[in-house]
Amino acid sequence: MNGLLVVWESRDVFLLGAANTVSLVLGCLLFSIPLGILGAVVLMEASAPLRRLLAELIDLLRCVPFLLLAYVVYYGLPELGLRLDSWWAGLLSLTIYTTAYLAEIFRSAFFAVAKDNIEAAHAFGLSRSLLYRRIILPQVAITAAPMIGNQVITTIRDSALLMIITVQELTFAANFVSANHFTPFAPFAAAVGLYLLMSFVVEEGVRRMERVRKVRYG
Amino acid sequence: MTWPAIRTILDGAVVTAALAAVSILLSLPLGLLVALLRWRRVPVVSGLLATFVSVVRATPFVTLVLFVYFILPSAGLELNPVPAAILALTLNTAAFSSEIWRSALQTFPLDQREAAMAFGMSEAGTFTRIVFPQIWRANLGPLVSEVTILLKCTPAVAVIGVVEITRAASRVGAETYEPLPPFLVATLIYTALIAAIVRGQRVVERRIARRFGSVSP
Repeated sequence: MNGLLVVWESRDVFLLGAANTVSLVLGCLLFSIPLGILGAVVLMEASAPLRRLLAELIDLLRCVPFLLLAYVVYYGLPELGLRLDSWWAGLLSLTIYTTAYLAEIFRSAFFAVAKDNIEAAHAFGLSRSLLYRRIILPQVAITAAPMIGNQVITTIRDSALLMIITVQELTFAANFVSANHFTPFAPFAAAVGLYLLMSFVVEEGVRRMERVRKVRYG
Repeated sequence: MTWPAIRTILDGAVVTAALAAVSILLSLPLGLLVALLRWRRVPVVSGLLATFVSVVRATPFVTLVLFVYFILPSAGLELNPVPAAILALTLNTAAFSSEIWRSALQTFPLDQREAAMAFGMSEAGTFTRIVFPQIWRANLGPLVSEVTILLKCTPAVAVIGVVEITRAASRVGAETYEPLPPFLVATLIYTALIAAIVRGQRVVERRIARRFGSVSP
């Protein structure tokens, strides 16, 4: 009971933490979804050397633990003469990391678009950009929704690591409250509850997309 | 970077590898057990396990590590960082791998199980002789991905004071006032470890393909 009271009294800290987590994740998606699509298009369309270079880069990024990337960005940027505060360094590393995974997801979803769709579009003389905008991307948005949803949940989970470079997100808030009041259970349980809520929202979004897919494609 | 500094990080790499190895050996069978209990729909237990899996899947790993590390003492268990780290890694990977095992069990061809039943095989015998040898081979890819994800989770246990690669690197950085080089070395070690695992998977897959024909997706 005491713990619940502590959480209620420090609700401002939790709300600020949750707001930071949500804004980091949304900011990350705002950049990494377009960049991921761009990356996938390059992986499909560009000349062989460029394609191979990008594929190698993506594979490399997928081998690196997120925390290490965050550390390298956080400590590496000042060496390049760019001084970012921890929130922006966090956003940058989250965006780089998520883009690598999304590019891979979009690429496999592009492959899954039925070939006859694309051939029909060519036969009708659609330009390459129209082909992507009208034929491929709308289908990809619907078929890749579950995988994108999983990636968003992974991004939410990864964002918690940013507490280590002192970003004041939700886990930072829980840790702060628990250290200040010597009651570990309630603060962490509250944080876990908020994370669960976020993942429910994402899963609900995916379910809506599934419904659209069923209506359109049976 | 000096040689002793690199030695410190390499010592950390041994700790990381040991943590990962122990947690894999504990969590993959535990994940299978969770999947079996949920698949058999054991009352109450399967509901609790379903809740456990969805909570762990939504919770960031650092949060889980801190939770385990700070909660268990208040339940009367004095815990050192290393067992706490192993417990958190095991819970995390058991939850994720149980979903892989569960979908494998759900999609296992019914006719094979019926054939085994017709031959009078016991349920345990059917599982150990028919089901398990096929599902682990067919799901090697996803299970190995889970192992690489586990390795990528291990830096988080640095927050509770386990001196693995990441903590060793940040120590070196704090001593030399140059944090970037040790973290780059650490990144390189992680990449090498993960690339080695993925390479190992390819080798095992090729052996399986040679012995049993191609692996189903």
